[in-house]
Amino acid sequence: MKFTLSWLKDHLDTEASATDVVAAMTMAGLEVEHVTDPASKLAAFTVAKIVEAVQHPNADRLRVCQVDTVDGRKEIVCGAPNARPGLTTVYAPIGAYVPGLGVTLVEKPVRGVVSNGMLCSGSELEADDGSEGILELSNDLAVGTPAATALGLEAVIDFEVTPNRPDWLGVAGIARDLAAAGVGKLNDLSIAPVPGTFPCPISIKVDGEACPVFAGRLIKGVKNGPSPKWLQDRLKAIGLRPINALVDVTNLISYDRARPLHVYDVAKLVGTTIEARLGRGKAEVTPGDQPSPAEHHDEQLIALDGKTYDITPEMCVIADADGNRPIGLGGVMGGESTGCSDDTIDVFIESAWFEPIRIAQTGRATGIASDAQYRFARTVDTGSVVPGLELATKLILELCGGQPSDIVVAGEAPAPPGPILFDPAYVGQLSGLEIAPERSLKILTDLGFTIEPPKDVSATAFAVSAESVVCVTPPTFRRDVEGKADLVEEVARIAGYGELPSTALPEVPRAVGGVLTAKQARARTARRALAAAGYAEALTYSFTSRKTAELFGGGQDELVLANPIASELDCMRPSLLPNLIDAAGRNARQGFPDVALFEIGPVFFGDRPQDQKTAIAAILAPHAPRGWDKAKAEDVFTVKGALLALLEEIGAPVASLQTAQGSASPWWHPGRSARLQLGPKAVLAEFGEIHPAVLKALDVAGPVYGFEITLEAVPEPKKKAIKSRPAFSPSPLMPLTRDFAFVADKAKAAGDLVKAAAGADKALIDAVRVFDVYEGPGVPDGSKSVALEVVVQPRDKTLTEAEIEALSAKIVAAVEKAGGKLRG
Amino acid sequence: MTDLTTLEADVLAQVAAAGDLAALDAVRVAALGKTGSISGLLKTLGSMSPEERKERGAAINVLRDRVQTALNDKKAALEAAALDARLASETLDLTLPAPHRRRGSVHPTMQTMDEMIAIFAEMGFAVAEGPDIEDDFHNFTALNFPPKHPAREMHDTFFFNTKEDGERMLLRTHTSPVQVRTMVSQKPPIRIIAPGRTYRVDNDATHTPVFHQVEGLVIDKGIHMGHLKWTLETFLARFFETDVVTTQFRPHHFPFTEPSAEMDVQCDRSGGEIKIGQGTSWLEILGCGMVHPNVLRACGIDPDEYQGFAFGMGVDRLGMLKYGMPDLRDMWASDSRWLSHYGFSAFAAPNAASGLS
Repeated sequence: MKFTLSWLKDHLDTEASATDVVAAMTMAGLEVEHVTDPASKLAAFTVAKIVEAVQHPNADRLRVCQVDTVDGRKEIVCGAPNARPGLTTVYAPIGAYVPGLGVTLVEKPVRGVVSNGMLCSGSELEADDGSEGILELSNDLAVGTPAATALGLEAVIDFEVTPNRPDWLGVAGIARDLAAAGVGKLNDLSIAPVPGTFPCPISIKVDGEACPVFAGRLIKGVKNGPSPKWLQDRLKAIGLRPINALVDVTNLISYDRARPLHVYDVAKLVGTTIEARLGRGKAEVTPGDQPSPAEHHDEQLIALDGKTYDITPEMCVIADADGNRPIGLGGVMGGESTGCSDDTIDVFIESAWFEPIRIAQTGRATGIASDAQYRFARTVDTGSVVPGLELATKLILELCGGQPSDIVVAGEAPAPPGPILFDPAYVGQLSGLEIAPERSLKILTDLGFTIEPPKDVSATAFAVSAESVVCVTPPTFRRDVEGKADLVEEVARIAGYGELPSTALPEVPRAVGGVLTAKQARARTARRALAAAGYAEALTYSFTSRKTAELFGGGQDELVLANPIASELDCMRPSLLPNLIDAAGRNARQGFPDVALFEIGPVFFGDRPQDQKTAIAAILAPHAPRGWDKAKAEDVFTVKGALLALLEEIGAPVASLQTAQGSASPWWHPGRSARLQLGPKAVLAEFGEIHPAVLKALDVAGPVYGFEITLEAVPEPKKKAIKSRPAFSPSPLMPLTRDFAFVADKAKAAGDLVKAAAGADKALIDAVRVFDVYEGPGVPDGSKSVALEVVVQPRDKTLTEAEIEALSAKIVAAVEKAGGKLRG
Repeated sequence: MTDLTTLEADVLAQVAAAGDLAALDAVRVAALGKTGSISGLLKTLGSMSPEERKERGAAINVLRDRVQTALNDKKAALEAAALDARLASETLDLTLPAPHRRRGSVHPTMQTMDEMIAIFAEMGFAVAEGPDIEDDFHNFTALNFPPKHPAREMHDTFFFNTKEDGERMLLRTHTSPVQVRTMVSQKPPIRIIAPGRTYRVDNDATHTPVFHQVEGLVIDKGIHMGHLKWTLETFLARFFETDVVTTQFRPHHFPFTEPSAEMDVQCDRSGGEIKIGQGTSWLEILGCGMVHPNVLRACGIDPDEYQGFAFGMGVDRLGMLKYGMPDLRDMWASDSRWLSHYGFSAFAAPNAASGLS
């Protein structure tokens, strides 16, 4: 929404500058987006007079002019044919930036004659007057007058209107708020009725659903044509194109009073009835800028924009010819067939009220965003139906002459807003403002609210403290105000939010053990632990493509977006891995293939709250720089190490975890992946190498290793009432180690042998470590040798050689039972 | 005695001549071993008269001690020389690099979120969470968005496909549904923040389809807009960690608050980057207001008994402002160089003692 300062001053008696108005608007809740001030853009340009103009010695089409300027008399070379002695025009000094040309003037000779400045055309000042040559201004203008003043250009204020304030879509509405805020005095906005001189020959029909109320009148014998300059200037200043006087009047009132109107050329109407009804078409629509389908809708309209629109039963249609010919989409756009032209002699003015939701939907369905649609969708003042018509009549009679008929009204406007019982003390209670009740009520009155004593206090909730309670009725243009909290906002924003106190929140006891849930705290620990382990945290979208989701076990119908931002982002992710792998690929394509990334975030298995889980995933695409030290390359055991360290850090029962090899999901390499689980139904994590086929589908070069933990699956340690730990009781006896080598089938999991050895004597055996795995000469084909170091911790006495021998025998027996034969 | 003097000179010369520990040991054995020359002399004492033995014994002992000392000294010298030689041979080129190590990092948005949580935790706010996939009631209706109202359109909502029963799920456009879930399930007093992912159909330098919000909610008796102003002023002053943070409250409109406000922070925009705590421009930074009575009612709270405030801020955007990241889209690009440039140390967990970052 745009307006100019002079337009505002039609309604507001004020000396305020554009800057003052913008500041006041901002603090009243009107967010100013942009102020275009020609005065500052054209600050360097001033009025000048040509004293002498002689032919350039070296160029036929150039003239050398002596010009009286704000900088004294200057010699300026000018190519315009109208550069003549006595002409008042606009001068730009050397150094000025000429907006229409996009250049800064420099002093340079033009065909041998130095030009000390420039005489400007309208287009060079971006104030196109349509004429050729330099500007021809009134001779009354003094030399040195700013060009913006001379051209009548003024600041245009562009601001955003929040959807609750349709009254701000008219300049008068802004004036009202600014007056209440003390920026000036509001002029009388009332509209005097214009009596009709004959009965209206056109009747109106409404069905009450499509259009609750429709008022109109005919003006006969008008003389249409271009509207006067003041009106054209006003519309052009805010970016509207003048059309003809009748249409321009409706646009003026739309922007002045937020009251859209429509004018019909009566000569083009069929019949004598105008009807507002619901559309008769099918439900589907085709936006106006696309070709209609082969199968046509029952009703269509060629609108004023020249496009054809399909009409659906949800739209409000204005129709003539006994209701059979659509001549407009009510409240959205009129039809081409009955539009007013310069030839219009009799005009019918429509002033109606349409349901905001219907208009909003029609706007969406048709893609039309007209000024009328914008206003009706946000609720037009229900009290402006007849006054708007009267104002249009007055202006049309002034500009086009003619004779008005009586007004005809069909239907009934929605009831005005009801009264709100209001105790001014509530302002302080809700906002904290210290403000006198009289001041609060004065602000409401200034904003157009009516204050009355309550009619029946005993029937209200305020019965006890009825003394100060009043009855506040919002004006018809403030249907957004529904309750006492809304009234507090009105008072507070006009009194100024700067007046609000700053009051410390009352202290509350802090939660024991911090404010985070166990899950939140673990996610936080995991983040810091993984970063410390050398992984960089990435954030990736919660979406992926459905195809990719399916590769990772997702892609269910209920997780596919109806309106994705891009087709490759159309499905909620079932895993963090695909996005991380994708990121690895992107980094590689940029020349940085070595990545270790992690993410902690939501994954989705359905659309219910409980179907969303928090995952912790990391990937490693190892391309570390070649080292001189021949260190072992990173592989799947690197991520296994990071995974186990992380699980330990977040308090998972690491010692009880089973490594279930070969049972991980299909997006892992089947021979190089495993689950970490407490049991088949309690899977905490999966890790391994990503399946080469999956990498190929994601177009990423392998190998990529990774893991993914489902945080909800990691059991939480029992909460203890006190923080003390069990007593520290180290054994005073030295631990001892014994080494064993077992031969086992090649496919035998080393972990099974370790588990068997550790289980041989849980009291004495502290740890079992694999220190060598060997295949080759000395070991039968298809077998391998696994060397174990067993750490024995004597408990209450040193072990004798016989006892150690017995323990060794137990270990050998246990491992043999598990499939490992002591190597001879 | 001459024989002793000669022997001593001879043995000491051998000691001096010994080139390594083995040679020295041979000298020792030859002199002091069981059959050594000096040991042999000692054995002769038994056949002497007491006087003779006394004199001769003392002389031999002196000889033995001198030889022993010489042996010890030579041994120490040889060992030192051997060590020097070994150390010299063990020299490593320490200009060679240490093993490769990746430096991990915490994403700046998550660091920012941790900072916000730390500040609000200190003010007594608990942390609440809710699902990203929401229904219409929690995201809109309970928050006083009338059905089909244009305000809903302004939220650029991601929708899922409508089901057979007419239900259409959506991605939450704000974390306000968590406020609704909290108010429905918990009795006042309530003091929570709701951090999380939020979604809007939008993509440019200052909007990404996924972003993070931290919203706050305080419901109690007698909570008014002055408390809201203090809470946010205090938060922003602590968050930006500069000497002066100037803010202003400005009226605005949100369906779920009444009165509603936006908060601006004063900043300097000259030179293409935004500097908080300087300059004369204002930058909109968050939205807030008193919880609308209709929202309280929808959540089963009596607006005549309880009132309170709510606020919401973009975590990514505030992180951008604080740490000078120019483009919001980069935050989601996972470029390892960007992550390393803007990321934070694992050990920079925000706390009151050492600061936020």
